Amino acid sequence: MAKLHVSTTVNGEPSEFLCEASDTMLDVLRGPLGLTGSKEGCATGDCGACSVTLDGRLVCACLMLAVEADGAEIETIEGMSQGEKLHPLQQKFLELAALQCGICTPGMLVAAKSLLEQNMNPTETEVRYWLAGNLCRCTGYDKIVHAVLDTAAEMREAAR
Amino acid sequence: MNEMTNSWIGKSTIRPDGADKVTGRAAYAADTNMPGMIWGKVLRSPHPHARIISIDTSKAEALAGVKAVVTAKDIVDFPVDTPVPLGIQDMRWMCRNVMAREKALFHGHPIAAVAATTEAIAAEACKLIEVDYEVLPWAIEIEDAIKPDAPILHDFIQFEGKPSNIAGTLEHKLGDIDAGFAKADVVIERDFNTRPIHQGYIENHACLVSVASDGRTTIWSSSQGQFMVRAMTSFLTGLPQSDIRAIPAEIGGGFGGKTIIYLEPLATILSKKSGRPVKMVMTREEVMRATGPTSGSMSTVRIGATKDGKIVAAQGVFYLQAGALPGSPIRGAAGCAFAPYDIPNVVSRGFDVVSNRSKVAAYRAPGAPIGAHAVECVLDELAEALNIDPLDLRIRNAAREGTKAAHGPVYPRIGLLETMEAAKAHPHYKAPLGKFQGRGVASGYWFNAGGESSAQVNITEDGNVVVTTGHPDVGGSRAAIANIAAELLGIDYRRVSVLIGDTATIGYSNLTGGSRVLFASAMVVTQSAEQVIGQLKARAAKLWGIEADAVVWENGEARPSGDHTGNFPTMTLAEIAAKATATGGPIGAGVQLNTTGAEGGFSTHICDVEVDVDLGIVRVIRYTSFQDVGRAIHPAYVEGQIQGGAVQGIGWALNEEYIYNAKGQVDNPSFLDYRMPVCSDMPMLDAVMIEIPNPKHPQGVRGVGEVPLVPVMAAVANAIHDAVGKRFFSLPMSPPKVLEGLDEGTLQAAE
Ligand code: FES
Ligand code: FES
Repeated sequence: MAKLHVSTTVNGEPSEFLCEASDTMLDVLRGPLGLTGSKEGCATGDCGACSVTLDGRLVCACLMLAVEADGAEIETIEGMSQGEKLHPLQQKFLELAALQCGICTPGMLVAAKSLLEQNMNPTETEVRYWLAGNLCRCTGYDKIVHAVLDTAAEMREAAR
Repeated sequence: MNEMTNSWIGKSTIRPDGADKVTGRAAYAADTNMPGMIWGKVLRSPHPHARIISIDTSKAEALAGVKAVVTAKDIVDFPVDTPVPLGIQDMRWMCRNVMAREKALFHGHPIAAVAATTEAIAAEACKLIEVDYEVLPWAIEIEDAIKPDAPILHDFIQFEGKPSNIAGTLEHKLGDIDAGFAKADVVIERDFNTRPIHQGYIENHACLVSVASDGRTTIWSSSQGQFMVRAMTSFLTGLPQSDIRAIPAEIGGGFGGKTIIYLEPLATILSKKSGRPVKMVMTREEVMRATGPTSGSMSTVRIGATKDGKIVAAQGVFYLQAGALPGSPIRGAAGCAFAPYDIPNVVSRGFDVVSNRSKVAAYRAPGAPIGAHAVECVLDELAEALNIDPLDLRIRNAAREGTKAAHGPVYPRIGLLETMEAAKAHPHYKAPLGKFQGRGVASGYWFNAGGESSAQVNITEDGNVVVTTGHPDVGGSRAAIANIAAELLGIDYRRVSVLIGDTATIGYSNLTGGSRVLFASAMVVTQSAEQVIGQLKARAAKLWGIEADAVVWENGEARPSGDHTGNFPTMTLAEIAAKATATGGPIGAGVQLNTTGAEGGFSTHICDVEVDVDLGIVRVIRYTSFQDVGRAIHPAYVEGQIQGGAVQGIGWALNEEYIYNAKGQVDNPSFLDYRMPVCSDMPMLDAVMIEIPNPKHPQGVRGVGEVPLVPVMAAVANAIHDAVGKRFFSLPMSPPKVLEGLDEGTLQAAE
């Protein structure tokens, strides 16, 4: 069967690719698009390492078919910083050592950014439930939650 | 750009690999590709135990796109009667683990592997391989494997003169156990059971291997040791080590599970046969079925004490599941179990039991959490029986400097007592508890390790520093090494780059494991930096025309001293580096050592839980770990080790377990059904770092990575008992089990 042609926008840039009907968005991001920042930990929607946004909505790229990207806007970890300038969450993760091995980090950051876009003032519980789909085996989550809460506070301060 | 203090040890600096990791640029094993690359896939046994009568790969080989097929006959065979040790592994077992030889020994055991132009074709080809199995009876649980009539996995294993699944034993003895128990006023004996637990790293095993036409082989893989990858691949493929360059990719978690190889030899042979680079990436299901985990266990612990709370005798018997091939961590279980205490009479025995599940791999303080779970639960009961506070009981019996441990050493200065006293004094220990809430404590020990390490410290032409070491960095070791190098050289840590060399660019360095990396690499980095400082002083002396020993190195500068004080302006590192060519050439030094003096690590934990008595759900509501960390070179990453270890232990205590179906197959090989702790399960975690410097290390470093897991399961179990008045001896204390254990009587008493 001939491959399917998909036109989409990835991290603000127009992008086209060919894929099989069964390819997931994660396959295409990591394969033809060369965006290996999104990780595969399970391919079943259980670890969040592949978190991206689809038209602003947080999704697991491993559960999304690549053809669904047609006409849509995808944001991945590679689009999070502005050139050399890190997003405040990225900076805070570094400052608070909220990553150890770092394999969960791209997904955590994408998910946390998506939270802060909807809720600038999350409680600890809200952060914990929002990130409950992002597994981290290294950190015990403590520093990740602190980093998200601190970033939210700083971003609120900056927005005043 | 030097900061005023010039003091980096003890500061939570930004890690050198950080920017790459928060932007998605860091290259893990599955992120690397090569031109012309093809994909490898493994055919795995559907049976837990089966003789392999024949394998027919002809249909697979005929499939369009298939480039190579391997089976056990392509792997170097090490006969079972001659040990081939490599570190703690034995190549006799490793060659059978990476590819089933005579028999398939577990559900998921590799039978063959295929390389094809796409992953889909490789998977399709695996289905075309015809394997004729004679399915055999199997034994997965320890109790089934040690029954008199148990199916025997290996004819060559004998125990007490008979074919057996007990592949080995170990015993530690101190004093006279019978005389000891005779002195006891109270004796408690209990049986315990823990389940095998997967290390649970989020990154699946992956590698990319290129074998060139001249045999030169390059391996990119995710492992806890590029030199281990090189050596094991060499053993199993027959390629000389000098032809193999193993490049450590960034590693997405290991916790011991990546101290052995699975895919690398298969990909190497596939690449050799096909003439193409071969990439292999496991699925999560493959990881759960065929890699790790740590052992399940069955143990019995008996402890006797006098009325005033002095422990006089302790006995432990620990059966650990090795999985399909020998080699469970009985040394950790039997050796660490009683190590926190000064007990005059001890017998601690371990039994290594093979059974039809995947061969175990190291998991954070291998074996020690199993021993500690049993011992620390019995101590809690002993404290209750003696009506002594459980921390006081531990303090009364704590090992200290000069204590002779049953597993051998006489302790130097250790910080165990300090962890217990800090716990006792901490507000957490006195905080009020509500209904169905409870508090438990436990302590733990891990040996820690030294071993081989290499480092190279080079000064760049513009006067900055590149440090190369040979241990994969799993949790921030590069950041700590940058702190040490910056401190010694007296410069800003941002002027130090820390890299992990590959097997061709840095000297032999042992695994990242055993909590050894910072201990050992700090030693070689320190000695290298000292040599570099010596060179810098000599260069300055040469430029000034004075003797080298008349120069001191301070705050990143050479300064003339003694009679020459003030005669010349100081020279910075950059100024000396700029003149290096004229003064003798490049400045740099490398040191390679077999490090010793690691000394054990101790910790004490306090855990609070709340039990939902209607649903059986246990929630950890507060957790504080107190640990002797020697010296916290990078406190945030030390804390991270402590917090991460606590959460892994909470998962082990409350949820994680393998479930088997009636065919002996793993029924929950996914993150959905193998339930690791998620963010919403956890409270914030307090880590209290107590710094009793290791007297045998230049910076006082003790390993910190493993002991954080050791006390956890017992702390949780003891807290549950405190909450609901019921002791659970079997893990995980999952909702159905807890619910079953709670009856009206206990609950009323707990209210
Ligand atoms: S890889 Fe998509 S959720 Fe795990
Ligand atoms: S930092 Fe390793 S999994 Fe989160």
